[in-house]
Amino acid sequence: MTAQEIYDILKAQFGEAVLEAKLENVADPFIKIAAGAIKEVSVFAKNDERFQFDYLSCLSGVDFKGKLGVTYHLYSMTLRHKIVLKVEVPTDAPNVPSVESIWKTANWHEREAFDLLGINFLEHPDQRRILLPDDWEGHPLRKDYQTPEFYNGMKVPY
Amino acid sequence: MIETLEKPKTSTGKTLRTEEMIVNMGPQHPSTHGVLRLEVVLDGEIVTDVIPHLGYLHRCFEKHCEHMTSYQQVIPYVDRMDYVASMTNEMAYVVAAEKLLKIEVCDRVHYIRIIMAELQRIASHLIAIGTFGIDMGAFTPFLYYFRDREKILELFEMTCGARLLYNYMWIGGLSHDIPPQFVEKTKEFIVGFKKTLQEVNDLLNYNEIFIKRTANVGILPKDLAINYACSGPMLRGSGVNWDLRRDDPYTMYDKFEWDVIVGKGEMGTVGDVWDRNMVRQLEMWESLRIIEQAIATLPEGDVSKAIPKRIRPVPGDAYGRVEGPRGELGVYIIAEDSVTPYRIKARAPAFVNLSVITEISKGAMLADLVAIMGSIDIVLGEVDR
Repeated sequence: MTAQEIYDILKAQFGEAVLEAKLENVADPFIKIAAGAIKEVSVFAKNDERFQFDYLSCLSGVDFKGKLGVTYHLYSMTLRHKIVLKVEVPTDAPNVPSVESIWKTANWHEREAFDLLGINFLEHPDQRRILLPDDWEGHPLRKDYQTPEFYNGMKVPY
Repeated sequence: MIETLEKPKTSTGKTLRTEEMIVNMGPQHPSTHGVLRLEVVLDGEIVTDVIPHLGYLHRCFEKHCEHMTSYQQVIPYVDRMDYVASMTNEMAYVVAAEKLLKIEVCDRVHYIRIIMAELQRIASHLIAIGTFGIDMGAFTPFLYYFRDREKILELFEMTCGARLLYNYMWIGGLSHDIPPQFVEKTKEFIVGFKKTLQEVNDLLNYNEIFIKRTANVGILPKDLAINYACSGPMLRGSGVNWDLRRDDPYTMYDKFEWDVIVGKGEMGTVGDVWDRNMVRQLEMWESLRIIEQAIATLPEGDVSKAIPKRIRPVPGDAYGRVEGPRGELGVYIIAEDSVTPYRIKARAPAFVNLSVITEISKGAMLADLVAIMGSIDIVLGEVDR
């Protein structure tokens, strides 16, 4: 199924929650979704007969200075097609519904995005830091991140 | 099942006090293959829960990438992600970057990249199986395999001067063409290596003790594997016929003839530890087939012709993925109007594959947990990045 067809079906199903799309002249066609609707869209994308996106290949967080984004790379093992979904949330209220209940693999990816970017995944069952120590302060992949001078009495910048 | 067991009694007839115990496995435990810590909840010898703790080897790969002065400078860093399969890491990064920059490279570059990636896959599987054999009590295959891995490293050293961290594949080409004696040496290696593969197959895979330790252990069902986005031998061991080299072809893998190996449950159930190990064993034969075809039909060309001097992509993003030895290795690059990447995310297969460990080790014995962990084939450099 082409990106255009995927977009048309999603647009018909979710209307205004599908914000915009860039399907041509890009490396990977993507569809922007309203952050609040990402869970419903994901459930639909996984269970709909025409889509069957059963494989979440990657989930990445990114800081767009003022906004935080999450990108979902979806793939279907049975139909062998793919699509990219993107959501954006303001940095001062970085709440994105978790898709962990749909694809279990999202669990660690979301923990990583929380750890490094401070994106808060709503209804995530186990939102803890994953790569950094539990008592680390701040989220290093934020563009305005300042490296702390000391961590537990140890000098940080070398 | 655990509840129905009768509690052991003392000589006076009283029930022994039994309780769950939490044991830390790692970060210095030899069978965690690096610095992974598993918090294991045990009921006697049965594992009731496993909580992995990562990050002991976190080297801020993604943060470093944002602070480079060019796109090319990232390559030595991706080398160090999965340090036993650096060629594949480079390949994932250059595939993603070339997709972003719309660079076309000549056939010779594609062919050499494929030869290197397949040699690297063999070298990585040799470590995986060798160390897994040690975990299971078989020391000999490890020695045989490391002896032959050394020959692959010599081939790499001959090509680019480095044994482990190559900085060989560049955006738009390669740092060096292969040396004249490379093809001959590779052919020699293939002939000798086939013997080793056969030898170890007899020694390890059908060894009674090995089968007893691995068959029907750590079964990963098909749908669970897909839901957890497992990839590589982990996914194929569960009977899913999926390989990026065939199903989402990059470079020129569609030019070669080879088969995707899937687990069949020959010794027990589909998706058990034995199957995952066997997929790796047989995959090496397929890699040899690809290398043989590639060196036989190696086209001519200039490997550094398409290398750009200065990289400043149009703002946008690209996700490139390759089939690494451990599975889908994806690199997601976001570019803005600058000479450095705005954001790079590495989708490390070992990181994703490891996340399923809690699910497949519940109810196993503690000793089987070692088998399960060995069969996932984690490299902590990649898990923690």
